Amino acid sequence: MIELHDLTKRYGKTLAVDRLSFQVPQGVVTGFLGPNGAGKSTTMRMILDLDRPTNGRVTIDGRRYGQLSEPLKYIGALLEAKSVHPGRTARDHLLWLAQSNRIPTRRVDEVLALVGLTPVARKRARGFSLGMGQRLGIASALLGDPEIVMFDEPVNGLDPEGILWIRNLMKRLATEGRTVFVSSHLMSEMAVTADHLVVIGRGRLLADLPMPEFIRRNSRSAVRMRTPHPERLLDALAGAGIRPEPGPGGSYEVVDGDLARLGDLAAAHGVVLHELSPQQASLEEAFLQMTADSVEYHAGDGPGRDAAGAPGVWGAGWTADGTRQSAAARQEEN
Amino acid sequence: MTSFPAILRSEWTKIRSVRSTVWTLALTFVVTVGIGALLSLLTNNNFTEFRRSDQSPFDATGTSFSGIMLGELAIIVFGVLAIGNEYSTGMIRVTLAAVPQRGTLLTGKATVLGAMALVVSVVTAFVTFFLGQALLGSHATGLGEPHVLRAVFGAALYLTLLCLFSAGVTTMLHNQTLALGVLVPFFFLLSPILSAVPKVKTLAHYFPDYAGSRMLLVYEQHGQPYGPWTGFVICLAWTLAALVGGALVLKSRDA
Ligand SMILES: Nc1ncnc2c1ncn2[C@@H]1O[C@H](COP(=O)(O)OP(=O)(O)OP(=O)(O)O)[C@@H](O)[C@H]1O
Ligand SMILES: [Mg+2]
Repeated sequence: MIELHDLTKRYGKTLAVDRLSFQVPQGVVTGFLGPNGAGKSTTMRMILDLDRPTNGRVTIDGRRYGQLSEPLKYIGALLEAKSVHPGRTARDHLLWLAQSNRIPTRRVDEVLALVGLTPVARKRARGFSLGMGQRLGIASALLGDPEIVMFDEPVNGLDPEGILWIRNLMKRLATEGRTVFVSSHLMSEMAVTADHLVVIGRGRLLADLPMPEFIRRNSRSAVRMRTPHPERLLDALAGAGIRPEPGPGGSYEVVDGDLARLGDLAAAHGVVLHELSPQQASLEEAFLQMTADSVEYHAGDGPGRDAAGAPGVWGAGWTADGTRQSAAARQEEN
Repeated sequence: MTSFPAILRSEWTKIRSVRSTVWTLALTFVVTVGIGALLSLLTNNNFTEFRRSDQSPFDATGTSFSGIMLGELAIIVFGVLAIGNEYSTGMIRVTLAAVPQRGTLLTGKATVLGAMALVVSVVTAFVTFFLGQALLGSHATGLGEPHVLRAVFGAALYLTLLCLFSAGVTTMLHNQTLALGVLVPFFFLLSPILSAVPKVKTLAHYFPDYAGSRMLLVYEQHGQPYGPWTGFVICLAWTLAALVGGALVLKSRDA
């Protein structure tokens, strides 16, 4: 299990990662989500001991990465940048990597077959397409048959077929009982692959909760109502015990409202409606709003900051809840 | 701990599986042997003309090693590429993720690099010497003559040490292009020019290439600041310093 404690990384003036603490749950796909520059790649490099934390620490199964003997057998990673010598063949790239961790040569051919690169195994990486390069990177991550795999934006720049392939691969790896930790800046991508979600913004933890929980909280629907006579509408709604929220453009939104009932209610009170429409916030929007708040929070004293000073709290303090929720869920598992 | 023999195997695979590194080593051999042979042949054919104004004893060994300056360039490039291509391709991250013990990793790299350079250099030195002597005809010398065997091995050690020195400097600079841009002008412009300028040349006489090349001399030169063994020690000290410097940078830096 990967555990981060107060992990912090500063590059000159940039605080890339800011007191990040979370655990990557075992045996499931955990999505590591954040907008560009949120600190995902930096965090992953620190997990591999490539970048040294300014503060805090990371442990893998309780040990620092540098203390692992033959680390490829514990954790395999695909990093952001292409990291293959263009003049070396795919097979030779995997071969030196295997030899460094005393992985049998047989395994090289196995992973080549697994990612579908057998036909080009003896071709130099120079001629590889983006997708083939990505497959080679994934082959190196799987080389040591590790318990944990970590992918940094694996679907970036891939065609739909490649995306589907990686998606299925990650699910299969989790089914085999492996821990998959994958970063992305696309909520929609994570919604279909991840079982657990860790969201960061500006280097800070914004959410850490199971994916179903995130969906449940964020798939709340609302009914939007627009009228030239807002006072009358509000009175009518209040009379029925409904408290609407202000929506865009002077409209009102009733969370979890029933379309027919609200229409009937307006008619019964003779309120003219210019709009009566169902609204469904997408997960992508929920994610955008959450990270936008984190930007506001950092820019000054933005709204949604609770008494404990939890960063970038979204909506009704759900970050704090979410964190608690997942911690509780993990305790149940153990 | 990652096993050291495993690191050696892995580094050996890395070097042999890329053409550019293999070629620079082959070039070291070809250039040193080729130019040495050519100049030995020319010298033999025009011996009286070449030697007319020269009072010092004829150095048959030195003549056969006339190509060492260019061979040196090739092996320096080899040292730079073998280390530097990891930085230019971003592969260093994959390497360090596989072998997080950075000091051990660099030791392994230097061992493989040094062993390859030494083997190629020894072969190059002996082939250069024997071919050169064969072409010098009656002016040739033999391995049994005073200091000659030492000079031939000296040439091999000289090439090996410069290769490792360059590897160390490249690790310190963690950039292949920058390393070439620093090392090539240093060895081919700065050092030769400075060692000819009065006053400054006392300093230049302690540069790694000047010091190392003392190992190749069979006859004592006029105004020579120190002997071949001191030269070897100075060159070795530079090499170790560059490698230790490289290790310190590698250990402290973010990859
Ligand atoms: N080596 C470095 N030197 C200086 N600043 C850096 C370095 N690496 C990252 N940063 C900065 O740290 C912040 C986080 O970057 P990081 O690459 O970790 O974000 P990310 O979440 O991976 O973004 P993306 O989705 O664009 O890949 C950014 O502001 C970035 O500019
Ligand atoms: Mg990134």
